[in-house]
Amino acid sequence: MVTDIICAAFMIIGTAFMFLGCVGILRMPDLLTRMQTATKPPTLGVFCLMVSAALYFPEIGVTIRVLAITLFVFLTAPVAAHMIGRAGYQVGVKFWKGTVMDELKDKYRGTSIDS
Amino acid sequence: MTTLAFVLLGVLSLGIVLAFVRLLRGPNIPDRLVALDLLTTVGVGIAALYSIAFDEPVYLDVAIVLALVAFLGTVTFSRYIEKWAHHGD
Repeated sequence: MVTDIICAAFMIIGTAFMFLGCVGILRMPDLLTRMQTATKPPTLGVFCLMVSAALYFPEIGVTIRVLAITLFVFLTAPVAAHMIGRAGYQVGVKFWKGTVMDELKDKYRGTSIDS
Repeated sequence: MTTLAFVLLGVLSLGIVLAFVRLLRGPNIPDRLVALDLLTTVGVGIAALYSIAFDEPVYLDVAIVLALVAFLGTVTFSRYIEKWAHHGD
């Protein structure tokens, strides 16, 4: 009974984080803000959904698979986001008008595709 | 529990629609790439919810494979975009 309540709570929290990530990628004004809202909240959502699945199936094989998925997503999501951000900077996407700091201003040069 | 999983599957499907709008509208290729990465991450969550909704833990293997392929696809696309950016120099 208590396990069911905890499982349902994790399911709702994980789905809420994933849905907020999907809303954020539509509403954010910039590549970098979109990238951060498309990477971090869905990763936490995957973690919560995997905890919910591990509580729902009380088997050791499911728990090991869930641990593997969570570890892999936690390891690869920042790497993928970093590579997208670097590729976007080298292509030369425009930043949001409220961007304060650009520390890589003279480090890279690439062809712009914003024209 | 199964009914809740079905309702949450509907919510995640709406989220996939929102990410797909960004995939179609995105002004540049990196924006579309971000949307594609988000689509596969939501796909991992949908596989987990599907396994709970139908009481079949086999679908968690789908989540494993989807996470692996999503990472490889994102990294490969990023490398190609970087090479394309330096090609014009």
